Amino acid sequence: MECMKVLVIEDDRTAAAYLAKGLKEAGHVVDVANDGREGLFLAGSEHYDVMIVDRMLPGRDGLSLVELLRAAGNDTPVLFLSALGSVEDRVKGLRSGGDDYLTKPYAFSELLARIEVLARRRSAAQPQTKLTVGDLEMDLLARSVKRAGREIDLLPREFALLEYLMRNAGSVVTRTMMLENVWDYHFDPQTNVIDVHIARLRQKIDKDFPAPLIHTVRGAGYSLRAAG
Amino acid sequence: MPRLLRTTTFRVALLYLCLFLGSVGVILGVVYRSTAGFVESQLHEAIGEDIGALREQFDRRGLPGLIDAVRVRSAAPHTNSIYLVMAPGGVALAGNLSGWPGGAPDEQGWLHFTVADTGGPSGGPATARAVSFALPGGLRLLVGRDMSELDSVRRQIVSSLGWIFAVTAALGVAGGVLLSRSVLHRIEAINRTTRRIIDGDLSGRVARSGDGDEIDRLAGNLNAMLDRIEGLMAGLRQVTENIAHDLRTPLTRLRTRIELTLLREDEEPEAYRAALQDALAEADRLLSIFTALLSIAQVESRAQREDFRPVDLAEVAETAADLYEPLAEEKGLSFTTEIRERPVVQGNAPLLAQAVANLLDNAVKYTPAGGRVVLTVEGNRVTVADSGPGIPTDQRDAVLRRFVRLDAARATPGNGLGLSLVDAVARLHRAHLELDDNRPGLRASLVLPEA
Repeated sequence: MECMKVLVIEDDRTAAAYLAKGLKEAGHVVDVANDGREGLFLAGSEHYDVMIVDRMLPGRDGLSLVELLRAAGNDTPVLFLSALGSVEDRVKGLRSGGDDYLTKPYAFSELLARIEVLARRRSAAQPQTKLTVGDLEMDLLARSVKRAGREIDLLPREFALLEYLMRNAGSVVTRTMMLENVWDYHFDPQTNVIDVHIARLRQKIDKDFPAPLIHTVRGAGYSLRAAG
Repeated sequence: MPRLLRTTTFRVALLYLCLFLGSVGVILGVVYRSTAGFVESQLHEAIGEDIGALREQFDRRGLPGLIDAVRVRSAAPHTNSIYLVMAPGGVALAGNLSGWPGGAPDEQGWLHFTVADTGGPSGGPATARAVSFALPGGLRLLVGRDMSELDSVRRQIVSSLGWIFAVTAALGVAGGVLLSRSVLHRIEAINRTTRRIIDGDLSGRVARSGDGDEIDRLAGNLNAMLDRIEGLMAGLRQVTENIAHDLRTPLTRLRTRIELTLLREDEEPEAYRAALQDALAEADRLLSIFTALLSIAQVESRAQREDFRPVDLAEVAETAADLYEPLAEEKGLSFTTEIRERPVVQGNAPLLAQAVANLLDNAVKYTPAGGRVVLTVEGNRVTVADSGPGIPTDQRDAVLRRFVRLDAARATPGNGLGLSLVDAVARLHRAHLELDDNRPGLRASLVLPEA
C-alpha cells in the first residue's frame, strides 16, 4: 500500500498516540487533532487521503464535524471510531457522512485494512463493468468469471464475495469487512465461518493454477492480488 | 386530622356532604310546607264551616237563634273555637271572648290577637285568629280559633324535621369521613409501598382489592411497572455479576501469563513473542465476551419498537443458511434449508439475523460429524433442528441465562451467551424461543407474533 496522509481526530491522547505510531509504522503520514475545533481546522487547511474521527469529541462531536465538512464540499473518506456499537449508532454515523464505522475496542489491523480500502475506493470511483486481477476476470453484467480464459462456476454468494475481494484487490480485507459487505452482518459470529467460504473460493479460483491469488494475511484477514 | 383536611378525598367528601345536606334541606322544607300548610288550611276550612252554620241559624231564627247557637258552641268543654256576637255600642251578646280584639284585619280579613284564657286546650294565653263580619242591625259576629294547637303542631313538625336534618347531617359527616378514610387508607397503602421501594426494596408490591375500580387499576399498573423495572434491574445486576465472575477468570489468566513471562529474565525473543500472541488471543476472547454481554444488555434495555420494519423471515434465514452451509458441510453434516412460506413480520432485521445466525452457529457447533441440521421457515416460525446432543428438559430455562454452558458443551469453544442473546431478541419482538426435543437433538424455534 502506497503512503497515505491520515488525519486522526481523537480526544484520548494516549489512544491517538498509539494510533499515530501504528499508522506511521505502516508507512503513512499522520496528523493528530485532540478536539473537534482543531480537527475541523486541519481538515479544512490540508488535503488528507482519509480521516479517522472519534464520534464523541469535546468542543464539537464527530457527527456534526463530518456533517459540516460534507456540507462544505469536503469528500475525504471518513472512518468513525465509536464506543457506541449498536446498529442504530452505526446508521447514524454513516448518515452524517461517514464512510465506515468501527466500534471500540478494535484490532489495529482491522482499522488499517479499513482505511486503506477507504482511501483506495476514492481513487477508483468510476463505475466499472469488468474487474480484472492478474489473469482473473469478472464480468459484472454477464455475472461470469474467467481465470486464464477458463470459465469458473460460482454460486451467487461466492460471486459477491469474489467481487468484493476484486474491488479491493491489493488491500487487506478482514473477516468483519466481508461479513459486513457481503452478508450485511454487523456482528461477529462466534465461529470463523468466513474462513470456510474463502477455502471454497480458493478451491474454485486458485486450486488448478500455479500462482494463487487469494493470500492469507496473518492476524488480519485476506488479500486478493496478482503475483509480482 | 390536619393531614386529613389536606387530602383530595376529604375535600371531595366535604363537597359531597354540602350538596347532600342542601338537598336534604330542600326536601325537608317541602315536607314542612305541605304538613303545616295542610293543618292551617284544615283550620280555615273549619272556621268557614262554623260561619256557614251560624249564618244559617241567624237566617232561620234571627238573633236569638244565633245567640243560642253561639252559647251552645262556646260552652263546649275544651273548645278551641272563639265566638263573639257584638251589639252596636260594644255590648257583647254572646260568646267566649271578653271583648272585641284590637288591631286591623290583614289583607285576607284575618284578625290576629292574643287571648288570655279561652278555656281551650292550652289553658293559658294563646294566639288566636278570627274573621269577623257584620250582620243586619249593626250586629257583628266574630268566629275564630285558638291557634295554640296549630302552633304546637308546627313546633312539633319543625322539631322533628330538625332532628331528621341533624341525624342526616351526622350520618353524612360520618359517612364522608369513613369514605375518605377508606380511600385514603388504600392510597396510603400505595404510598407506603412506594416509600419502601424508594428505600431500596424493589420486591414490594401494592396490595390489590380485586374489585377493578380506579385505585385497583392504579395498583395493578404500578405493580406492572415495578415488575418491568425489577426485570431491568435484575438484568443490570446480572450483567454486573457476570462481569465480576466471568470476566475475572480470563483476566486473571491474562495477567498471570504476562507476569510469568516478565519474571523470567533470560527468555528468548521467540518466547516473548509467543507470550504476547497468547495474551492478544486472551484479550480478544475477553473483548468478544464483553461485546456479546453489551449487545444482550442493549437489546434488553430497548423498550421502543418503533424502529421495527417489515422483515422477510425467509430472506433472513436464507442469508444465515448461506453463511453457515459451507461450515456445516466441512464438518460432515447434512445441511438443508426448507423455506415453506415467506412470512413478513415486524421487527429489527439485523437483530433477527443475529438470532437466527446464533441458532445455526450452535447447531453446527454441537452436532457431531455425520449428523444433520435442518433450517425451516413456516408460518411465523424459524426452526433450526439438529441431531446433536440436545438440551435436557430441566436445563432448557437455564441455558437461556448468561454464561450457562452445559457440561457436554465445555469442550466446544463458546462463551455461553449465544442463546441469551437469541432469547433477548425474541423477547424484544414479543416472540417465543421454543426449545424442544428433536429425538435426537435440539429443535430451536423462534416463533414471532402475527404481524
